[in-house]
Amino acid sequence: MLYREAGDFKTTYVADSQTFPLKLDRIGFWVTMAVAWLVIPFVINDYWASSLLVPFLIYAIAAIGLNILTGYCGQVSLGTGGFMAVGAYACYKLMTSFPDINIMIHIVLAGGITAIVGAAFGLPSLRIKGFYLAVATLAAQFFLVWLFNKVAWFYNYSASGQINAPERLVAGVAVTGPSTPAWAQYLICLFFVTLCALIARNLTRGTIGRSWMAIRDMDIAAEIIGVNPLKAKLTAFAVSSFFVGIAGALFFSVYLGAVEVGEVFGIQKSFLVLFMIIIGGLGSIFGSFAGAAFLVLLPVALKWIGVDVMGWPTDLVAHFQLVIVGALIMFFLIKEPHGLAQLWRLAKEKLRLWPFPY
Amino acid sequence: MSADFLYGIEVVLNGLMAGVLYALVALGFVLIYKASGIFNYAQGVMALFSALTLAGIMSGQVPFAHLINAIFGTDIHYFGWNVPVLAAIILTLVVMVIFAWCVQRFVFRHLVGQEPIILFMATIGLAYFLEGVGDLMWGSDIKTLAVGLPQGGSLWVEDATSGLGGDDFYGFFIDKLDMVATVVAIILVAGLIAFSQYTKQGRAMRAVADDHQAALSVGISLNFIWVLVWSLAGLVALVAGIMWGAKSGVQFSLSLIALKALPVLMLGGFTSIPGAIVGGLIIGVGEKLFEYLIGAPFLGGATENWFAYVLALLFLVFRPQGLFGERIIERV
Repeated sequence: MLYREAGDFKTTYVADSQTFPLKLDRIGFWVTMAVAWLVIPFVINDYWASSLLVPFLIYAIAAIGLNILTGYCGQVSLGTGGFMAVGAYACYKLMTSFPDINIMIHIVLAGGITAIVGAAFGLPSLRIKGFYLAVATLAAQFFLVWLFNKVAWFYNYSASGQINAPERLVAGVAVTGPSTPAWAQYLICLFFVTLCALIARNLTRGTIGRSWMAIRDMDIAAEIIGVNPLKAKLTAFAVSSFFVGIAGALFFSVYLGAVEVGEVFGIQKSFLVLFMIIIGGLGSIFGSFAGAAFLVLLPVALKWIGVDVMGWPTDLVAHFQLVIVGALIMFFLIKEPHGLAQLWRLAKEKLRLWPFPY
Repeated sequence: MSADFLYGIEVVLNGLMAGVLYALVALGFVLIYKASGIFNYAQGVMALFSALTLAGIMSGQVPFAHLINAIFGTDIHYFGWNVPVLAAIILTLVVMVIFAWCVQRFVFRHLVGQEPIILFMATIGLAYFLEGVGDLMWGSDIKTLAVGLPQGGSLWVEDATSGLGGDDFYGFFIDKLDMVATVVAIILVAGLIAFSQYTKQGRAMRAVADDHQAALSVGISLNFIWVLVWSLAGLVALVAGIMWGAKSGVQFSLSLIALKALPVLMLGGFTSIPGAIVGGLIIGVGEKLFEYLIGAPFLGGATENWFAYVLALLFLVFRPQGLFGERIIERV
């Protein structure tokens, strides 16, 4: 009754091809944006920022990045953790080498550097396909982590081998370093999430996104009808790595503040982001958000149920978490390969007809 | 002969031994991949799980003791008996066969005909699941696996070869366990080849590997073959788990050797048993030699972490199907 397209007339092509064709969707989008930008910053506290919202936003960026590569272009990558590390270390080197320049610029530049590295590691994708490529991206993962561990220049020869984010201000408010207020952490992440989602959404429905999807659906056929596989694959790697690099830079500078590369950006992180896009939905921007939210919420919720309600020891709950995540991955691949995003789509289809069956 | 050269040879020998262990894990991958087209990422976790189960059964641990204690407030840990090695191995094999059946029945039967990459991601999920179950069943503390395999360097080899070099050469240092592993690996491979060549089930297995539909049409049960293959992979995982477990204790890092087996497979080709072995040896020798000659002196060491992947990556760019793999022909 409420959610339907009847009466929603479009008289221009612009109106017809907008991101949210239905009026109710547009209202929902603007309400979400208003809440995210105008309400949450005033009510947020440290616990909500550090355990839920900030990791959710950062993982959403990483998931959007990987989704572009895996969901839209069909190239499975297990090197996400390594590329996040590139973003983090690029950001660190830029922050310490040019302390006077605004950190927002550094974060974008870190994304750019990661894009170059990503495109370089994407070169073999022209010869290698499918899970051969997935394994080849492991080379990037392990090599990059080793590199940041061994070459002291990357961590400015600090004794611990860690990198620590110095305090940097944006408009007079600290956004990195220990004295950052929670709302500033949240807002800078939200800014980049909004930016990345807008860019990703508009790239994926334009020419370049269509060429990615053509490569994904059948690369040889795409090549024959005139899609340049070199261009499509390398741009997918570069754009994807750009987002992943921004996520890595934020993860290090805003969220954690201090990073030991093997622990934070190891292979587990690559899998985590991959799981986010499988559960959320391959080839969907909304799915990236849904998957990130789900996998950030799950450990918190399990910990709350297991430790606080049931009174179980924490290690037992951690084991259960592995079982549940693994089972969910298999469940989604079997029952709903398009993930939470598809469930959302189905729910909307049902809502359009409700309360009538047809 | 100079001592440096002899040390080089020792490095190569130790690399060969390490390569045998990589090859053992890679073998499990090849078995499943050939018969069902599934690239089983969970192979390493299966090795971990089987080693955990073996250690748990041998020491008479109560499965899920931690969970039971948490739910019912009891305090049980051990049955209070010790199971002899051979019986424990057989019990573990039974567990692995049950696991194989469950995997086939509840996961991969529903995924028949999906794209390989979907199957691959499903096995990553399976790996997480199995790791969690293993920890829940037997606890996550590091266990020692005492199945009576010899440990330490072999004095006999050391004495026999000490005369080769000058005064500063004390003979080759070779771990006894590695030598046992090599022998076991040879027996295992010979057994597998004999099984697939001379038994009815083995022939059926090869038929399925050749062509699913043709095999189905002459009356071979795909379900049975797939359970069989997963069980065999479980057996291989158990052997690998025993060897690695005896070497470095049964702990989570055991599952990471699965990752090391991936470049082995890429070198050898996913469909070839000899390829898995040769690939394992190349990776084993290559990474040890690289570390000895270039990594440790010039690059700050620990190059073993990534050398295998980079080698496989470079290799694949020139030969995408691996050394022994079938040529990839793509059609629209």
